[in-house]
Amino acid sequence: MVFDRRVTPARFPETVRVSLFIPCFVDHFFPQAGIAMVRVLERLGHEVDYPAGQTCCGQPAFNAGYWDQARPPASRLFRLFEDADAVVSASGSCGAMLKVFNPELFAGTSFEEEAADLAGRVWEFSDFLVSELGVEDVGARFPHRVTFHDGCHGLRELRIKSQPRRLLENVEGLELVEMAEAESCCGFGGTFAVKFSHISEAMAEVKCASALATGAEFIVSNDSSCLMQIGGWLGKNAKTPNPPRVMHLAEVLATQ
Amino acid sequence: MSKPAAAFQAAASAYVGERETRAFLRQSLAGYLAQRRTGEERFQDWEEARVAASAAKGEALDYLDRYLADFLTRIEKRGTRVFFARDAARARERVVEIVREHDAKCIVKSKSMTGEEIDLSETLEHLGYEVVETDLGEYIVQLRGERPFHIVAPAMHLRREEIRELFAGKIGPEAGRSAEPEALTMDARRAIRRKYLEADIGISGVNFAVAETGQICVCTNEGNGRLSTSLPRVHIAVMGLEKLVPNLDDLALLLPMLATAGTGQHLTGYTTIIGGPRQPGEADGPEEFHLIILDNGRTALLADDEQRDALHCIRCGACIYMCPIFKNIGGHSYGTTYMGPIGSVITPHLRGLEEWRHLPSSSSLCGACTETCPVRIDLHHHLLHNRRNAAAAHPAPLEKLALRAYGWLAGRPALFSLAGKLGKLALRAFSPLLGTALDPARGWTRCRALPEPPRQSFREWWKTHEPEPASERDDDDEE
Repeated sequence: MVFDRRVTPARFPETVRVSLFIPCFVDHFFPQAGIAMVRVLERLGHEVDYPAGQTCCGQPAFNAGYWDQARPPASRLFRLFEDADAVVSASGSCGAMLKVFNPELFAGTSFEEEAADLAGRVWEFSDFLVSELGVEDVGARFPHRVTFHDGCHGLRELRIKSQPRRLLENVEGLELVEMAEAESCCGFGGTFAVKFSHISEAMAEVKCASALATGAEFIVSNDSSCLMQIGGWLGKNAKTPNPPRVMHLAEVLATQ
Repeated sequence: MSKPAAAFQAAASAYVGERETRAFLRQSLAGYLAQRRTGEERFQDWEEARVAASAAKGEALDYLDRYLADFLTRIEKRGTRVFFARDAARARERVVEIVREHDAKCIVKSKSMTGEEIDLSETLEHLGYEVVETDLGEYIVQLRGERPFHIVAPAMHLRREEIRELFAGKIGPEAGRSAEPEALTMDARRAIRRKYLEADIGISGVNFAVAETGQICVCTNEGNGRLSTSLPRVHIAVMGLEKLVPNLDDLALLLPMLATAGTGQHLTGYTTIIGGPRQPGEADGPEEFHLIILDNGRTALLADDEQRDALHCIRCGACIYMCPIFKNIGGHSYGTTYMGPIGSVITPHLRGLEEWRHLPSSSSLCGACTETCPVRIDLHHHLLHNRRNAAAAHPAPLEKLALRAYGWLAGRPALFSLAGKLGKLALRAFSPLLGTALDPARGWTRCRALPEPPRQSFREWWKTHEPEPASERDDDDEE
């Protein structure tokens, strides 16, 4: 069981200038997640900014162990988000890179301070809304049966457990059903999914069986990479005629 | 790819293919998970207990020189003969030496992962000695000629019926008449009990060593530890260097934590504390007690500031139970003494980084291990550290080049964006090949569909995006 991170009370003004961090694969493959974040934040009255020139946070190289190769792309973000009040990430995993792993990656380098400084200004989307802005009802309506998958990096690196659920529970018409394996890894793990394809496949199978058992129409998560894995497995292996669809949390929250 | 890496991939893939076996493994873990939860609830504050347990182990390691000296002085004073073994070979040699000195024939052994680490039973059997594992699970895997499937539950992969057949075949016609757990336990007990009386030497592991009192502590659930260490004339205990704790009070914390995390129990059935051989005037206990303290790579790990906490490990096996990789590939696929997350952290240290780097790589870094560890070892981050160390010491040229190129591209947003577009075009162009042997993305598409590439990237959408005018927002608010 993971419990939420300890939260210090929100320190933001009523209208926040939010700088979006859109990870590379969200930009190219799941733009709808980023678009939905913009819609929700603007609906709540905040000013949304998307600093130009974002590419990759460096996590692929970092996870592979090539930290020297991870630093150049990772350090670009310090400059890009230099003036940001709040950086909000569309992915718990890439958020964890900026918030948890960067300080270790840059420890003892000339970027040490910048890494720590940015880490203090980054939040994953649902955590930002609930923990920092104190918003739990975004005025969405989504009359469907939904189950939530905890992305591991969001769950265990950032300690985000109840935040997305509180948001979902306040969506009009939405029925949230917990799956038994909500906290089990979906088996994505970056290049692990390809390097150890069979193990990754077995993990996806367990995850999907648990999600299917809830009878949910939608599997929702705050990480598009997990959804690519879950959706990808269902797309190829689901036996039922109408398998559940995968959807980013922001997309659910953007509905009206 | 190293030999162990190829063997790992092959064994893991094969296990993944056995759906029923995997389902059985998950099912047999369900009981543990339920008990574990109620076990944690018995602590006033499990999280605080973890902090305290980690601190106790850390204290012993940080001042190992002092605590080890205290421990030795006290345990040697009571007549224990201590031997330091730098590596597995020396530890084995010393055991064989003692066995020869006593002209022993039969040896009973209670469960010891350190014994497994140094191939002790195999070595002695190879030399012609009869070695009887007295822990039920160990006894079962010994009869099958297998290694433990899990460090705490060596035979958890076997169904009762398989054990019944094994007993009927290996023990004799009087055994294996029923597959009921009680009957199977009695079968094994009848076979093993005789051996305690025959045995010249008893070998055990060590769960904890207490510096304050100069005692070792052995935990078992069948009383076999107590019988193995007290009935034979000679007792040999094999202990990893990291088993030391400062005080007897530390056991009050660590024993219930070991039981809770290891099996979901309050305490293991039998806790045996031994301070030396039989003392004058005592009624029982061995005449001789030999303690072999094993290094085998542990002091090198002690010198590693970053991963030193891996030596906190009390071998409860919880990280293994919780690991989604273990649940899907089983314990034998690893090909190591210590399987699962703790094995993937320490095996590269104990047996070589270059050959075993695949273990830290074969993880999705989900962190379930770190969350469950009763002594707070930063397991999944150490997997990252091992990957970094492997990449630095033994870089894979192609991977390094690819990542450098990727980093170069990531520094040029326009090019990066173009590459993304080309990638998506390539996906469309390759779509007839997807899932076939010629598919460049086969590692993914073999078992998963690819996402439908959208027409517009977020970046492209953003360029066309106009924020809603503030007045409209106000209208919305009033609705």
